[in-house]
Amino acid sequence: MSGKASAAAIFAENRDTGPLAAIDPRVRLVAAISFLVLLATLHSAPALAAALMAAMVVAVFARLPLGPTLRRLTAVEGFLLFLLLTLPLTMPGTELFRLFGLSVSEEGVNRAIVIIVRVNAGVLMAAALLSTMGTMRLAGAMNGIGVPPRIAHLFQLTVRYIAVFHEEYARLRRAMRARGFRAGSNRHSWRSLGHLLGMLVLRSAERAERVAWAMRARGFSGSFPAFSQRRLERPDYLLLLVWPALLLALAWLEFS
Amino acid sequence: MAHIPDGVLSVPVLVGGGVVTAAALAYALKKLDEDRLPRVAVLAALFFVASLISVAVGPTSVHLLLSGLMGLIIGWSAVPAVFVGLVLQAVFFGFGGVTTLGVNTMNIALPGVLWAMLFAPLLANANPRRAAMVGATVAALSVASTAVMVALSLTLSDASYTLSARIVLLSYGPLLVGEAILTGFACAFLARVSPDIFLAPAMRRGGKLAAS
Repeated sequence: MSGKASAAAIFAENRDTGPLAAIDPRVRLVAAISFLVLLATLHSAPALAAALMAAMVVAVFARLPLGPTLRRLTAVEGFLLFLLLTLPLTMPGTELFRLFGLSVSEEGVNRAIVIIVRVNAGVLMAAALLSTMGTMRLAGAMNGIGVPPRIAHLFQLTVRYIAVFHEEYARLRRAMRARGFRAGSNRHSWRSLGHLLGMLVLRSAERAERVAWAMRARGFSGSFPAFSQRRLERPDYLLLLVWPALLLALAWLEFS
Repeated sequence: MAHIPDGVLSVPVLVGGGVVTAAALAYALKKLDEDRLPRVAVLAALFFVASLISVAVGPTSVHLLLSGLMGLIIGWSAVPAVFVGLVLQAVFFGFGGVTTLGVNTMNIALPGVLWAMLFAPLLANANPRRAAMVGATVAALSVASTAVMVALSLTLSDASYTLSARIVLLSYGPLLVGEAILTGFACAFLARVSPDIFLAPAMRRGGKLAAS
């Protein structure tokens, strides 16, 4: 779980702007999932190029901010980097050139490019369709497409408490810094961080009890209200028409 | 490193991971009634935040997975907790993927739950020293199992991923060390201040209000 990603990114509700905002979260979730599933099966250059184009178009429609989006695309996970570096060396095939005595194969380079395009198209499309939606609407959409309500409720509640614990963690860390703690690779640091972790677990367990009691005090009887879904309207049906056409076109490019 | 993005794995591996995770989720949710949801949510949130802590191990720094500790504290509920955490990371941070949710949840959550179940009986009335040993062992075994499962997911997807799968396997070394040490210290701390916290007393205890 990588570094500087701020937990604040999760809490920006109601930042849905642009033409995509009018579309029902359920429709967007279904669109994203269907696109990503089809993407997993694509290998040919024209299909992947078209998929990347489609993702870019949707990203423009969603008015994704340029800077953070580029940062998200370039933040490839560690092993993806290994994968891209090793594939040209390990895949057998026609030799393009030699690098430090290792042969770089054309097939390997092609495969690395395929993976880069596929991963980026996927990240872009997921960002465009889902990440602007806000967590509460995402939870409702999950329930609306058949995810068990318990998972959707758990999702909502978890988001709510991440804010709490992020603050708590920052406070404890500040207190440690104030006493002169600087994290390093030594027994004292590990011990301090381990105790910090234990302290957070303890406080969260206590908070969980308090929350459960507070909910009961307000008449919670063991079931949450159902998510309310609005009726699909014109923009939703429009996307529901356009999307299968896009998916069919991609499948045609790949499999014909 | 455990977050495989969309577009890398083959379809059979994705489907396999999805099926296993769906089954584990169904089992975990069946054991979890709605009254207990807030408690799992609070702990899921905690583990999400704790995984943002960066820990220096020798020249590298790692972010904790905490799957072993999760298994020791909330048992099977760790599966939905990890799932929710991964959905958040995939959608809002861009780490991991949507189609890989099944594989990633399986790789991260299952080892923690299973190793914790195996070792949890040793934590009954354990002194801090023993709690630290058990915690460290569970954490190390969980990370090692996750590493092997991630490498297998890659290798089974495509034979030409083998070399990078091996590098991935090696790169889990620092995480394993850091995770074992920190989980050990955390378990020692918990055994000292709240010995009945292991394997979800918060869920079994039900009625008693914690003093705070």
